[in-house]
Amino acid sequence: MRVSENLNAALHTVLERDPGMHLLGEDVLDPYGGAFGVTRGLSTRFPDRVLTTPISENAMTGVAAGLALAGDGAVVEIMFGDFVTLAFDQLVNFAAKSVSMYGSRVPMRMVVRCPVGGGRGYGPTHSQSPQKHLVGVPHLALYEVSPFRDNAEVFAEMLAREEPCVLFEDKVLYTRPMGEVEPPFTLRQDGPVARIGLTDEPDCVIVAGGGVAHRVLEAMRGLLLEEEIVCTLLVPSRLYPVELDLPPARHVFVVEEGTAGGTWGAEVARVVHERHWQDLARPVTLIHSADSVIPTAPHLEREVLVGASAVHRVIRETLRG
Amino acid sequence: MTVTATSAREHAPPPLEEPADEDLSLLLSVRAFELKLLELFGQGMLNGTTHTCLGQEYVPVALRPLLRPEDHVFSNHRGHGHYLARFQDYEGLLAEIMGRRGAVCGGVGGSQHIRRDRFLSTGVQGESLPVACGVALHLRRAEPGALACVHIGDGTFGEGGVYEALNLAALWRLPLLVVVENNGIAQTTPVSASMAGTVAGRAAAFGIDHVHTDSVDLGVIRRLLAPRIERVREGRPLVVEFATHRLGPHSKGDDTRPAEVIERARAADWYGRYAALCPERFARLDARARAHIDEVARDVAGREPS
Repeated sequence: MRVSENLNAALHTVLERDPGMHLLGEDVLDPYGGAFGVTRGLSTRFPDRVLTTPISENAMTGVAAGLALAGDGAVVEIMFGDFVTLAFDQLVNFAAKSVSMYGSRVPMRMVVRCPVGGGRGYGPTHSQSPQKHLVGVPHLALYEVSPFRDNAEVFAEMLAREEPCVLFEDKVLYTRPMGEVEPPFTLRQDGPVARIGLTDEPDCVIVAGGGVAHRVLEAMRGLLLEEEIVCTLLVPSRLYPVELDLPPARHVFVVEEGTAGGTWGAEVARVVHERHWQDLARPVTLIHSADSVIPTAPHLEREVLVGASAVHRVIRETLRG
Repeated sequence: MTVTATSAREHAPPPLEEPADEDLSLLLSVRAFELKLLELFGQGMLNGTTHTCLGQEYVPVALRPLLRPEDHVFSNHRGHGHYLARFQDYEGLLAEIMGRRGAVCGGVGGSQHIRRDRFLSTGVQGESLPVACGVALHLRRAEPGALACVHIGDGTFGEGGVYEALNLAALWRLPLLVVVENNGIAQTTPVSASMAGTVAGRAAAFGIDHVHTDSVDLGVIRRLLAPRIERVREGRPLVVEFATHRLGPHSKGDDTRPAEVIERARAADWYGRYAALCPERFARLDARARAHIDEVARDVAGREPS
């Protein structure tokens, strides 16, 4: 099953199990089913709860917050995650704050889905990874789709939090298969964190979101074969708040596609430093895209976005000098 | 459709109808509450800022019998009157503003972030309209006949979220009542410098009904709005525009208006006009309201922190 099909099945489950849940977004109705086909079939099955909206990210997010406030719930699809900036006020100043600013806890069951990432030539305003812009907002939890965790489980967890969540979905994942890890690596699920590796005592640990996991795995294979460097990859389903239990390792890397500056990885590093400082040979190494807009032309885009070769190079240089 | 119920400005306003004791007491209590806040600020007893609704108290008082308990009310930064008209909870609100025991939101929200039952205020302009659309969508499906009422000001029309929400309300036939308190000024910026066109024109652009009134007469306002609000309940959104007057500053010490403008606001104030209409009853109820608010303030100020 492909990741987009798994997401689609998860949304069917969410709307089927909870008669108060709604789905809102641009062009989400059948037969189109959203810009990436993730909402296909939903409007036919649940016509009164799947609503196509005008191009109004602010309003659709506010409507979701209103539904949540009234005891229903909503999943919002932002067509391209770049446009979540247009919903920033509703997310940060209303939905997330409402959980606690009225003195007692207000349950807010809503998920904002954001297709993110580059590699498809969509250019500077349709290729970003805006995770970092939403890190550190009280009562706003951030999740990222990975091929290693069933999205029905992810949705159940997000909605059970009763606070707004943003789900980042790297667009390059949509056509990839769920759950596949090629030998010699094996996949182990530690609750919401997927752990992929060879041994319990690796040379280094890599933390990465689901969107770049396959790039990291490619680098891990090369490092193993060419350098005999053994890595363990951790893919947390929830990006923020950061909650990670690392296996013992002297070297820790965080890989993300977001561009340099104020990154998610910096927040992961803060947590790892607090918990594991005495075990580390050096501070956590951050691997991310360049400090740049994301160009459209493929050769320029490749120069900016983090890829397997950059991960390979940084890890080799860090461990081998 | 635009309806205007207006007294010709060049003539003296029509005589007011005698208000019921209950209405007049509520008006006077909200006025006394807001004046007390300014007094407490002057004494350095309040933290942060506050926005009083002096001059605009009659708007939520007029709407009060037209709204039902199952209706949601969304308020804004200038929301004390909206809250008090719904709950008459002077202690809870003052305790919230002062951060004392009994605060309706534990002192976290303060003056402009209040939630109780189906009342909610928040401090960012234009933010509540899309949220109210979401609540209205829920109501249309789960509790037909109930509506979501949102108070906004003339300045709020600068925010894009207002138009996104009006568009949705019309498209989805939501039971949404938008109450525009057009006091002609946003903090210090007159509406002439912030709004091209009119509120009526903006409602018309979405095919949303609009009704305008410059009356402060509770009876007149209620008769004008009652049948129209019933239509909102059937899924026909409505913009009600009150041409009103802000007597005081936006918050405190930021009133830059010329004296004659403030004087015009005073002349239009319901307070003097109701006082002239029924002086003895007015004086009696006013004294009682002020004494009550004095007592509330003494009580709340003496409480421990929330």
